[in-house]
Order: sequence, then structure tokens, then C-alpha cells
Amino acid sequence: MSKLTSRLGGLIAMVSANAFAEYGFNMTQGVTSVSRDIYGLHMMVFWICVAIAVIVFGVMIYSLVVHRKSQGAVAANFHESTKAELLWTGVPIIVLVLMAIPASSVLIDLEDTSKAQMTIKVTGHQWKWQYDYLKEGISFISNLKQDSKDVIYSGNRHKNYLLEVDNNLVLPVDTSIRFLITSNDVIHNWWVPDFGVKQDANPGFINDAWAQIDEIGTYRGQCAELCGKDHGFMPIVVDVVSKADYAKWVLKQQAAKAAILAKSSKTWREDELISLGQKVYNTNCSSCHGITGKGIPGVFPALKGSPVATGDIKKHISIVLHGKAGTAMAGYKNILGDADIAAVITFERTAFGNQMGDLIQPAQIKAAR
Amino acid sequence: MTTAIAHTDDHHGPEKGLMRWIKTTNHKDIGSLYLWFAFTMVLIGGVMAMVIRMELFQPGMQLVEPQFFNQMTTMHGLIMVFGAIMPAFVGLGNWLIPMMIGAPDMALPRMNNWSFWILPFAGGILLSTFFMEGGAPAFGWTFYAPLSTTFAPDSTDFFIFSVHLLGFSSIMGAINIIATVLNMRAPEMKLMDMPLFVWTWLITSFLLIGAMPVLAGAVTMMLTDRNFGTAFFDATGGGDPVLFQHIFWFFGHPEVYIMILPAFGVISHIIPTFARKPLFGYSSMVYATASIAFLSYIVWAHHMFLTGMPVAGELYFMYATMLIAVPTGVKVFNWVSTMWRGSMTFEAPMLWAISFVFLFTIGGFSGLMLGIAPADIQYHDTYFVVAHFHYVLVTGALWSIIAATFYWLPKWTGKMYNETLAKVHFWWAVISVNVLFFPQHFLGLAGMPRRIPDYSLQFADFNMISSIGGFAFGASFILFTYIVIDCIRNGKPADARPWEGAKGLEWTLEPKAQYHSFNTPPTRALIEKESQHS
Repeated sequence: MSKLTSRLGGLIAMVSANAFAEYGFNMTQGVTSVSRDIYGLHMMVFWICVAIAVIVFGVMIYSLVVHRKSQGAVAANFHESTKAELLWTGVPIIVLVLMAIPASSVLIDLEDTSKAQMTIKVTGHQWKWQYDYLKEGISFISNLKQDSKDVIYSGNRHKNYLLEVDNNLVLPVDTSIRFLITSNDVIHNWWVPDFGVKQDANPGFINDAWAQIDEIGTYRGQCAELCGKDHGFMPIVVDVVSKADYAKWVLKQQAAKAAILAKSSKTWREDELISLGQKVYNTNCSSCHGITGKGIPGVFPALKGSPVATGDIKKHISIVLHGKAGTAMAGYKNILGDADIAAVITFERTAFGNQMGDLIQPAQIKAAR
Repeated sequence: MTTAIAHTDDHHGPEKGLMRWIKTTNHKDIGSLYLWFAFTMVLIGGVMAMVIRMELFQPGMQLVEPQFFNQMTTMHGLIMVFGAIMPAFVGLGNWLIPMMIGAPDMALPRMNNWSFWILPFAGGILLSTFFMEGGAPAFGWTFYAPLSTTFAPDSTDFFIFSVHLLGFSSIMGAINIIATVLNMRAPEMKLMDMPLFVWTWLITSFLLIGAMPVLAGAVTMMLTDRNFGTAFFDATGGGDPVLFQHIFWFFGHPEVYIMILPAFGVISHIIPTFARKPLFGYSSMVYATASIAFLSYIVWAHHMFLTGMPVAGELYFMYATMLIAVPTGVKVFNWVSTMWRGSMTFEAPMLWAISFVFLFTIGGFSGLMLGIAPADIQYHDTYFVVAHFHYVLVTGALWSIIAATFYWLPKWTGKMYNETLAKVHFWWAVISVNVLFFPQHFLGLAGMPRRIPDYSLQFADFNMISSIGGFAFGASFILFTYIVIDCIRNGKPADARPWEGAKGLEWTLEPKAQYHSFNTPPTRALIEKESQHS
């Protein structure tokens, strides 16, 4: 209730122009040439619409005030004027042509990705983003941050509630970047308003877009195509850093990757596998199969007591690696490392009362790939 | 022995009891059935809208689960489009077209009975999906593949069957209207004598016949993808999910004009009546309607600027889309010119018609903005789009249906509604609907995606305002229901022509239009006297 009162208070405060500025009720100008061009087009069309509205509504309001029966107005009987009709067919056509010229040149510019200096591959998954730095050999998954997940149903929501992720995309400033955008399951849409980049991620196809970001900072966006139940919980966070910081970050990521590779060759203890497995499960599997492994009946199958999680290990490994054709189950071959997959399968066969007691080692996964 | 059967008029009256409504082939009965069905669906779809607005009242998930939220948005859209707006216009068409063209009934009355009675079953099947395992469809009213094929609940097959039935109903309704307008018109009535509502419905019928089979094709392909191993929309089998969108929008874009062209017709009757002046530019209204209908078939991919179309395709669809502003503008200018130097009064139908022109034009402006392909990149799939199409479909299509109800209610019932209450209802609805939808423009521009069950804090205030408007607008339907029922039960007797400036053959009938109107066709002199453009 106190929350409600504070919201209503905010509602009243919003009447002041200052408060409006904070919440934003216009499109962002953004930090790329593309987003500024889009903003310019938006404002141009907006003002043209305002001008037309003033004229049309002005004439209408004038008649509503003056040409009323209660004001003694007597109806005229005209009902045709070829001149007038030619005028209001011709003038709009001219206005439209004037709008179409700048719109065309912006469109042609933003579809031309040939000037790119580097390439990032963005893959949509239900419900997370995967980023691959193709040349640098870096790859990671970006999920809604846990502190947002924890307060979705209750609790105090922080400033960037639903707009924080565990792994930010890191990009260098002043560099022309091409985004290759695709999907692993359904159609998603990768959208960062400040970049003027919004592009569908279609399974089986690759789209592209580009941006050259002028300002260092953190930029946020969200998935913009209905992609299933957690569509609203699929944010995008991009850190734009100086070129030097970016180079340092790349080296650090490459070192971390080498460490992960080393991990996959050792033999793991059961408790290690299960604790890692639970973490991997909660990040990657729980959104469909549920935290308690019960799934959503009729939509997503349960793991608790399922024929896969309590059946042949080989089949279980194969489904996690390659997915299951014709269903929502995606293959994790290119998403997770050997250790993660071994751990999650061990977890799934032990948790939810499945009690199979199997230990799967990363080496087994490596062999099964 | 032969007996001469005495000719009485008994068989011209309705049958008694429930069987009257089940077996009826009378255009007026069927029109009423359609209108009551549509009204019921507005209330059901409206309850879903209330659930949506309650969940979005403040950040966080309070009322429903995300999956159920998606079922709500999906079913709200489907029900309002296929259950409410379209049947309501078919109901108006059934009631009014024979009376406006001097015909005794529709051309194909038995089919008319069928095309109505399919609807409750189709609607029932659609609603029954809520009670199935996995719940109702949750993939948006546009049901993009592969979310609706590979990733959807089992109830999707029932949804597909329901869409097929709805399509049958619409196509049969459209065939009936074309046959009626072309064959049953008074012999002395030329096409260019027809009132605009008849014209707009004739053109809409052709849109329906062109578009609905395309939708049937899309859902049939879905059905085989889901159950018989085809891969029309599955890239791993050589198909293409974007193909689905092309097919869907080749239906879907004409569909939005199916939902607005008859509204143009209604408004073109009401404004001249209360301005006491002939409609300005009758023939250009007809041509504008026809060109909008034609253009609606060649702009479908403006819903798909972000799917990865080649730039040449985007340029073409942008230009073609912008072009629609021209005939639409002609219509608005003609309505304004009809008001110009009129002698206006502001009874309830006129209030609704005037607010239609204002608010539909605002929806048109945001439509023009959306047509600019580069700007669409920022608007697409945000609340700006939600605001746009609700201005067009609520304050456009729905407004015209409410306006038509008040305008022709005296002719349907022979009684007058309560004008004071109707005005209270109007102001209540028009203020609340703007509180509901106008802030959604700001939400969209500030970056709130549509179809999300929860949002970050920066969107909290406008969402709360929007929800408050939503609850008030929802409540306005209680008053609307009361006014209509009160008119039917207790209304004062109406004159045959209750509006001073009204023209049209329907007003030459008895105060409550008789069960079979025009047993003898109207004469040329009468047609000319009641014409919209003299």
C-alpha cells in the first residue's frame, strides 16, 4: 500500500517538466550516426504531422464552434469541388515525396554493413543471448542477472531492475562494428535503442546490422520480438570502453577460456560436478524445465522421473548436446563447455529425486561430441 | 378437391421462442445475433485486457505467470479481431444493407444462418483452449512460426481449427453481401446511388474473399508442420520462418482494412446527418475506399522491416505504405468539408463520429510515422505500435460501431435511447480511452517493448496512468450495456426519421423497421430524394 501511495505521489510529481526528462517520453538520440539519423527523421515526420493536425483540426474545431445549429448556422448545400479535391490529393503527395527522400538515404546507409572493422555474432536463445567474437575467439552467454530474478515476484526493485545481465557485451568505442544476428530456436530481436540497431534473429538465417559508437558508457536494451514466456526477461547490456581497455579485456577473456579448456581434461569429484551442475541448470535449463524439474505440463516436459534423465546415459548426453528435433529442446554443443555439460547431466540424474547415481566426466562429453 | 389457401401475412412475422433465433434466415434477426455475439466477445476480450492492465499496473509480477500473461495478450487480440470487431461489422451489414438498397432480405438467407452459427462454435473452441493442458495459445495474435509450430502448446491444433471455422464464416458472410448488393439492389438504384456504408462493405467483402483463404493456407501449413512432418517454416528442414510472416501479413494487412473500411462508411452517414449537409465528395469517397483496399494488398511487408529484407524491398514497401496516406487524407478532408458551413448538432452518434475523426487521424499520423522504414526500426514491437493500432482499432473501428449503434438503434427497436446518459457515456469513454492509450506512445518511444509481462522502473508511471485509464474505459461498458438494454425495454417511441438531417432508404421504413422491408422496391424518385449526394 505504501508503494502505491509513493507511486501516486510520483504520478503527481510527473506534471513537472523535470520529472518528465528523467522518465523520457521521446525517442533517444543515441550514440551512433544511425540512431541520430533515425531521431532526425522521427522528429521531422512528427512536426509535419503536428502541422497537418493544426490545419485539419483547426478547420474542424472552427466549424464545431461557429457552424452550430445553436449558433443559428444555416447549412450550405455544396458537396463538390474538383479544385479542392485536387489540392488535397496533390499537396500530400508532394509532402510525402519530401519525406521519402531523406528516409531513403538513411535507409540505404543503415543497411550498408560493408564498412565494418570488426564482427560480433549475436545468437538468441530462449531466453538469453550468446555473443561470439569471431576473430578473437571469445564466446559467452548473457543472462538476466540473478538480483533481478530474485525480486520479480516480490521485494525491492533496484534502479536497473530487469535491465542487468551477468555478462555484459563489451565493445570498443569509435569502431565500426558489424553484428551478425541469428537464433537457435524461435525468432528473437536484438535491440539497443541508443545504437539505432534492432534486428530480428531468425533461426536458420543470419541478419546483419552495424553501429559505430561515439561515447564510452553502458547501454541497455531488450529482446523485441515475442519469443515465449520469458520474453520480458531477456535484456541486453553493452559496455562501450576505450580501445585500450577493450584490448585488455580481450586478453583477459582469452586467458579465462584457456583455463576452462584445462578444466575439461581433469577428473571431477561428485560434489564438484553437482554444485557446478546446479548452477548451469539454473542458468540454462530452469526457465523451461523449472527450478524443481517439473516443467510446464503440455509445454515443457518434466525432468523429474523423465525417461531421458532416468534412462540410457548415452541418449541423455546426445539430447543435451544436439537437442531434440521438432521440439523446443536446443542443442548445447556450441553453447556450453565439456565440464558444464558433464556437470549438468550429473546434476539432472541426481536431483529431483532421480537418484541415478551416475557420475559423468568431461572426457565422456568430449568423446560424444 | 382443391382448397385455396388464404393468403395472410402471418409467415412474414418471426417464429416464436428460441427456435426463431436458431433457425432464422431473416437479415434483421441475424444482424442482431451477430451484434450480441460481438458484444459478448468485447466483454470477454475486455476482461482479458483488464487482466493485462492489472498485471502491468506496477513493476514486478503480481497477478499472473508470464506464460498466462502471453495467453492473455494472444487471446485478447484474437477475440477482439475475429470475435468482436469483424462480427460487429457483419452484424451492421446484415441489418443495414438490405434496408439501404431497398431489398427485402439478404440474397442467400440460409447461408446467412450458417455463417452466423459457425461463429459461437469457433469462438467456443478458441476459448476452450484455456482448459487444456499447457493452456491457451501464447504466441501473440500474429502467431509467428516457429514459436507457434515447434514451441507451442498442444492446444494450438484447436486454435488452427477455430481459425479455419472463423474464416469459413467470414467468407460466407462476404459472398452473401456481394450477392446481395449486386443482385438484390432496387432495380432503379445504380451503383453510384448506393450509400457509402454499402459501398465500403462491398469493397470490404472483396478484401475478405481475397485475404481469408491466405490465412487458411497459413494455418494449414502450420498444421502439417506440427503434425505431419512438413517443414514449411522450419529452417532445419529447408523451410523459412520469414515465409510465415509474408503469408500472415499478406492476409493481416488487408485484415486491418477489413476492420476499418466499414467504419468509414458509418462515419460518412453520421456526419452529413448532423451537419444537415450532403456528404462532401461522394464519388471521391468511393474511389478513395477502393484505392485504400487495393493498396492494402501491396504493403504487407511494412510489418516486416526488421526481418532482414533486402534494402530494395524495404524502399518499395516504405513508398507504397506512405502512399496510403493520400486516399486516407482525402477521406478526412471530405468529412471536415462536410462539417464546414453545416448546421451542426451534437447528439450521441455525432459526438462519437467527431471523436472518430480526431482520434482515428491521430492513429493515422502514428501510422505514417511507422511507415518511415528507418524510424520503424525504433518503433517496431514497442508500445508506440500498441498505441497506434489501438487508436485505429478502438477509437476507429470500435468507435464507429458504437456510433452506428446509437444512430440506428431507433430504427432497430422503434425506441429512443436516453440521450443524457449516452452523452455521459461518451465523455467517460473518450476521456478514459485517451488516458489509456496516449501515454503508451511515450512508453514506446522511451523503449518499452510490447508483449512483456513486467518492465523496468523507468516505465512505471506511464504504465500506471495507462492502467487507470484502462479500468475506467472498461467500466464505461457497464453504462453502455445499461443504455442499450434500457432503450430496448423502456425507450420512448421513436419517429420513423428521428434525426432531422438523416437521408437514406432505411429512414423511409416504419419507426421500427418491419420484419421484411421493401416488399415492393423503392421508386427512382424516392432513391434520388434519399441519396447521400443531392
